Amino acid sequence: MKSGNKAVEELTQQEYKHGWVADLDMEIAPRGLSEDIVRLISKKKTEPEWLLEWRLKAYRHWLTMREPHWANIHYGPIDYQAIHYYAAPKPKDPAPKSLDEIDPELRSMFEKLGISLAEQERLSGVAVDAVVDSVSVATTFKTRLAELGIVFSSFSEAVHSHPELVRQYLGTVVPYTDNFFAALNSAVFSDGSFCFIPKGVRCPMELSTYFRINARETGQFERTLIVAEDGAYVSYLEGCTAPMRDENQLHAAVVELIALDDAEIKYATVQNWYPGDKEGKGGIYNFVTKRGLAKGTNSKISWTQVETGSAITWKYPSCILLGDNSQGEFYSVAVCNNYQQADTGTKMTHIGKNTRSTIISKGISAGHGQNSYRGLVKMEKTAANARNYSQCDSLLMGDQCGAHTFPYLEVKNTSSTVEHEATTSKIGEDQLFYCQARGLKPEDAVNLIVNGFCKDVFLKLPMEFAVEAQKLLGVTLEGTVG
Amino acid sequence: MLSIRNLHAKVGGKEILRGLNLEVKKGEVHAIMGPNGSGKSTLAHVLAGRDNYEVTAGEVSYEGKDLLAMRPEDRACEGVFLAFQYPVEIPGVANLYFLKAALNAVRKYRGESELDAIDFLKIAKDKMKLVDMDPKLMERAVNAGFSGGEKKRSEIFQMAVLQPRLCVMDETDSGLDIDALRVVAEGVNALRSPERAMILITHYQRLLNYVKPDFVHVLQGGRIVESGGPELALKLEAEGYAQWPEGNVEVAR
Repeated sequence: MKSGNKAVEELTQQEYKHGWVADLDMEIAPRGLSEDIVRLISKKKTEPEWLLEWRLKAYRHWLTMREPHWANIHYGPIDYQAIHYYAAPKPKDPAPKSLDEIDPELRSMFEKLGISLAEQERLSGVAVDAVVDSVSVATTFKTRLAELGIVFSSFSEAVHSHPELVRQYLGTVVPYTDNFFAALNSAVFSDGSFCFIPKGVRCPMELSTYFRINARETGQFERTLIVAEDGAYVSYLEGCTAPMRDENQLHAAVVELIALDDAEIKYATVQNWYPGDKEGKGGIYNFVTKRGLAKGTNSKISWTQVETGSAITWKYPSCILLGDNSQGEFYSVAVCNNYQQADTGTKMTHIGKNTRSTIISKGISAGHGQNSYRGLVKMEKTAANARNYSQCDSLLMGDQCGAHTFPYLEVKNTSSTVEHEATTSKIGEDQLFYCQARGLKPEDAVNLIVNGFCKDVFLKLPMEFAVEAQKLLGVTLEGTVG
Repeated sequence: MLSIRNLHAKVGGKEILRGLNLEVKKGEVHAIMGPNGSGKSTLAHVLAGRDNYEVTAGEVSYEGKDLLAMRPEDRACEGVFLAFQYPVEIPGVANLYFLKAALNAVRKYRGESELDAIDFLKIAKDKMKLVDMDPKLMERAVNAGFSGGEKKRSEIFQMAVLQPRLCVMDETDSGLDIDALRVVAEGVNALRSPERAMILITHYQRLLNYVKPDFVHVLQGGRIVESGGPELALKLEAEGYAQWPEGNVEVAR
């Protein structure tokens, strides 16, 4: 297996492609966190009093909390006073009215990312909201969506344009008391996306947000809130990148989804934050709280994630299945290469009758990567005839990496069904040799095998994203087989 | 086409092939028979370039080239095909997709244009008939959940699509019932051509009832101890391998 190992190694040694820094004119808050900083952020955004109060409550609560350490991840202490909690490209005066007026440096940055906003608007039919460091810089397609009553804007904008909606739903799925990072986010969140689909409306296009951390020693704390009213449908995509930096950067986002009766929300993430270098230096700490509330009868929430980046990933996109017959889904591909660590999975809390959930998790470990699946399936007393199916597969490449599975089950009624399947396999010499004996190069063979392994999840992504995810996986694992 | 001279090979530090000689010309079908542990599968894997099979002496020339110096995928692209005794499962990768990738890799190596899905499908459908392959199996993942017979048939199908020049079949007949054996044999016969050579590695004579070899060789103790025509296989069937005790081979070294 010598040649095979070499192939895996080479395959994983590919450099991070989004590691450049854009030279933007930035406005940065002083380091550290205090009530003053929270007030400053709120003031910068000319927020209403209630929101400032909410932030301050969150901040005070955060002070009483401790950073969690139960996850199967290891990192040095984070100095929360050394981080800049607000950084934004300096606003143009007056504010840009169209994409043409956006800072050319910013636009070229998005072109490097492969997202030309203007092109996106014209051709692809995907509406994009782009968030750089802390601030949303461009939202496309807004007018067309507005005609249908759909609100798709930056979070800050929504606070002004639709304060009643924001106030009604903010923190209802992930309260600021939820956990350490959610509390931190609630105190200092700077921007993110807001999306509201009114009753009976099917959003005619994919909505998409690209997040980008650009400034040094800053944290990114975005907050996304999506509400689908009765019978509404929306498919939402998010993509993330960051420059290469020697120091670790913190990213603590919160995403809340709310689906009312017969509503459906699909949320897909392709996460490619900078993972650190081959020795494990630098990279993003991706500590994220994502939760969906399937509040209405027959509502449905679906999470799909392809996690290839970040030095450390700590996230559990979850569903609270409150409405009768509601459904939750979680499809995940998580890759850990070099010294990356991931502790990720989901929580499915069944409360309503006949609720159903599906969990498909594919973990890939290469190099010295450590990949943990952690999942909770909870069947409350009220969840009569609820059903869950979980499948957790791990693929190992090489002999220095690890795969771990931590499934938790809590069943409080007698009519529920819970199924759990798990496999761990190694990209075998046998598979690799078989492919080679048919003329395939080892690196092509690895791509083939890995994509086959992830197929169930890729099928859940919208077409363009599936292609992107496949390529990303190839790049992430370039140089690896075993 | 293939010339093996004084081939010695080790697996896990143990010498398995001990001075094997074999000449195969194009158009010929050779059967290599031998008891368990005689080195049959080792020979197949050494020819295909499997790691962990260490060649310690000897040479193998294929179409005038040094076969042992080539990477496994290059051997495949040069036209060497190993039909596996235990074909490997690749979950999630559809059979046809896999085979298209393989055929295009071979075509690319030869400087030919890659086939698109439609052209490929034409070829595949044509060859499926040849080995009586169930098209439904082709939509499933590579060998996943296939019965033993289906796996072997799939190997012959791959061979038919890839059109190799030298086919090495490693106990393709083992584990097959008579019907499956006949289908596989028919496929092999259909692929016989004056331009193509075949090496059938087998434990039993029964495959040779359906595929008539030009030459039969007895492999014992890591070398060929007797060669002859088809009649040798019948003699083996009647008398077994006892007449070539392994001990003699040790001395012959």
